[in-house]
Amino acid sequence: MWTFIHKMGSPPWFFRFSGVVVQWLLPITIGLLLVGAAWGLLVAPPDFRQGNSYRIIYIHVPAAVVALAGYYVMAFAGAVSLIWRIKMADVTMRAAAPVGAVLTAVALITGAIWGKPTWGTWWVWDARITSMLILLFLYLGVVALFEAYENKTAAARACAVLSLVGTVNIPIIYKSVDWWYSLHQPASIKFTGESAIDSSMLYPLLLMIAAFYCLFALTVLLNMRAELVWNHREANWLQQLVRKV
Amino acid sequence: MHPVRKQRLIVVSLVVVLSSAAVGLVAFALRDNINLFYPPADVVAGKAPVNRSIRLGGMVVEGSIERSSTELDTTFWVTDYEASVAVRYSGILPDLFAEGEGVVAEGKLNSQGVLVATQVLAKHDENYMPPEVAAALEGKTAPGEAATP
Repeated sequence: MWTFIHKMGSPPWFFRFSGVVVQWLLPITIGLLLVGAAWGLLVAPPDFRQGNSYRIIYIHVPAAVVALAGYYVMAFAGAVSLIWRIKMADVTMRAAAPVGAVLTAVALITGAIWGKPTWGTWWVWDARITSMLILLFLYLGVVALFEAYENKTAAARACAVLSLVGTVNIPIIYKSVDWWYSLHQPASIKFTGESAIDSSMLYPLLLMIAAFYCLFALTVLLNMRAELVWNHREANWLQQLVRKV
Repeated sequence: MHPVRKQRLIVVSLVVVLSSAAVGLVAFALRDNINLFYPPADVVAGKAPVNRSIRLGGMVVEGSIERSSTELDTTFWVTDYEASVAVRYSGILPDLFAEGEGVVAEGKLNSQGVLVATQVLAKHDENYMPPEVAAALEGKTAPGEAATP
């Protein structure tokens, strides 16, 4: 176990390992996305009040769930980078930030598109939506902060602190609909007890959430590989690898 | 664990805990402002300001919607099952606006305690189900489905 974690910190080893993972993850992700989308959009029944417009849930909820989980990935990588000074943790943190930002933006935009016909407004400053907007700014802040520094070690440290401080926002987003009166409805999927969403609609939703987790892992890995190639463009191991191909 | 790393771990944990505590205290202090709307009970108890734009949220009372036959004017009552407030609104209501459903109305309270709304939003609940299930829950037969004798 420990040797595995140690090996993950070595760029040549990680590059080879992630190559194998990507090879498997890519078809799995595409398969899950296709099956989940077809099931959710074509097979699942319409909602008794919203009709077909509820189907945006199959993009909105997975994007939002993975945007929250992805933040913990980024913050955890930041903590590892601060404590153990592992370069690979910096690379992970940097790779997760833009992916998380895009997922958060997708959740906000699909929410607005759904909100217009359902609520009667694109946007309302309620606790859930505002805290989600803060999450977008935190992700973008990490991206921007890294670019603002000339010294990349200092940049990684500043980004790690920012992402760690931002973790407080995640439980706030998650619980905002329960703690305060908000326009956004409470969670339909419940970990304990019966979900408030019918199982015929829930199963494709769970499949799409799994698909988005895979998509997140896949894009972060590809991002990391691209960064490794750039960082080690003059390294021996990479040039040998390129010559082999 | 190496003492230097242990120290860094403590510092990192402190950063997370202290910043969370700070944000938690701010949110607690501002809790009334984070709420999007007042429930009718607060409005009736006089906790909501008069003549200032506020939001009122609750359920539309069954049988309380009265539409004008010539204008877009609508009046209805909003309740949280403790108290009710009358709302007057002139404009187009969202598709999901209906009796017994959630609603958030923005506007000013007049001296009679009626909320003169400038915007009415439907508040959707967390329940998602197919029409057949909804019909079955209400004890009706779903459309297109023969009634079993």
